[in-house]
Amino acid sequence: MRKVMMGNHALSYGAMLSRAQVISAYPITPQTQVVELLSEMCADGTLDAEFIKVESEHSAMASCIGASVAGARAFTATSSQGLALMHEMLHWAAGGRHPIVMGNINRSMAPGWSIWTDQNDSLSQRDTGWMQFYCSSNQEVVDTVIQGFKVAEALMIPAMIILDAFALSHTYEVVDVPDQKLVDLYLPPFKPAIKLTPADPRAFGGLTGSEHYMELRYKLQKDMEKAPALIEETGREYGKLFGRELGLIDPYKCEDAELIFVTSGTAGFTARVAVDELRASGVKAGNLRIKVFRPFPFDRVREILAGAKKAAVVDRNCSYGAGGIFYQEVKSAVYGRPGMPPLFGYIAGLGGRDIMVDSFKEVAADALAKDRAEEEIVWIGVKK
Amino acid sequence: MRPKKAKKIVFKSAEEMPLMICSVGHQTHNLTGAWRNIRPEVDRSKCIKCGICWKFCPEPCIEIVDEWPVVDYDYCKGCGICAEECPQKCIVMVEERK
Repeated sequence: MRKVMMGNHALSYGAMLSRAQVISAYPITPQTQVVELLSEMCADGTLDAEFIKVESEHSAMASCIGASVAGARAFTATSSQGLALMHEMLHWAAGGRHPIVMGNINRSMAPGWSIWTDQNDSLSQRDTGWMQFYCSSNQEVVDTVIQGFKVAEALMIPAMIILDAFALSHTYEVVDVPDQKLVDLYLPPFKPAIKLTPADPRAFGGLTGSEHYMELRYKLQKDMEKAPALIEETGREYGKLFGRELGLIDPYKCEDAELIFVTSGTAGFTARVAVDELRASGVKAGNLRIKVFRPFPFDRVREILAGAKKAAVVDRNCSYGAGGIFYQEVKSAVYGRPGMPPLFGYIAGLGGRDIMVDSFKEVAADALAKDRAEEEIVWIGVKK
Repeated sequence: MRPKKAKKIVFKSAEEMPLMICSVGHQTHNLTGAWRNIRPEVDRSKCIKCGICWKFCPEPCIEIVDEWPVVDYDYCKGCGICAEECPQKCIVMVEERK
């Protein structure tokens, strides 16, 4: 069934089709609409789930953890400051191996107070042990929530499904809503090996001495290393059932590209228009959209970049004192590998400033004029 | 009484550890009584067997044996709440000497 829906509601439909059993949330724009629709679904019986109203995002994640420990499939959503307030509980969810799925609408961190998009909120959480999926269409949001639960529950690692504020969150697109029967086939009920029940009382997350802590973290990393192959495998399975394959990356015209724009989120689709226009004017451009940031798809990124002459990483984020965060990750992917192109780092679109086709043309002009990568981070569209 | 024979569990490899961080046995091998500086002693000549010490002990390591309160010194940390709450003031905190 095809429906016209905004990105926020795409998250709601994803959670509904995944048959989330506990939804816990504290309202923050634009996440409010995600749980508003879910609360209506709970009220009218469309979704058989407990809806918990809490007093903060910290409590929202805490109650999702409690629900997950008890064996329930738990979902929540948030944004920017709300995600920051959850920070402690994000470690708790990943470290305790609770496969919660959360939607995060990328919104700039205050101050200055902002409701517009950039990625610093979610990228600030990169080391918490959550998987991170950056979506570029509302269709991908619905599909990735469903896949997110499957991968999260297989690995017992939580997953964050991320979309740009306004560019997706409040933008209406046509979405092919997956058939519930097929979703049930793809995503069976959550049955954890260990859960909290009165019949088998346990304490969870208790004091862990130095003789065991390191092994638990080793297991988290080792299981995270299994995620790339599993995301691709479950993505192919999804493709067979629903006709849309889900992967780690999404390359566009990269095979013969001299210059590849490396992007994430909605900027990826804008880059493609720029790629087509540049190709029409004789520049062989391509676009590599990185969808999964954690685990970082090192192998896939290297495979795509290996054939290019230059790559320009366009970041909608900044690690102050270091530069674009995807730029750093891509640099680490190619480090010490022969035959890799020089990389150029750009920062654009912070605080919801538009990343336009012309922004990519500016990036292309800058990167093509240089022979080697420079340490300087180039800011696109800033009023200097 | 609690099962005191529980042994400390030490896993030899990451493989044999459960994925989730959860209790897998008793912690009773950890004799927290070693932390104690002062110990409660009950004067049975004044005790009226009201059970208030048993009720308030946060550990909880006061058992009622034949109606009398008996302190389990393997786990009593010497917090003194029992002595504070005793209406008869028949529990005295005595300095540990080792």
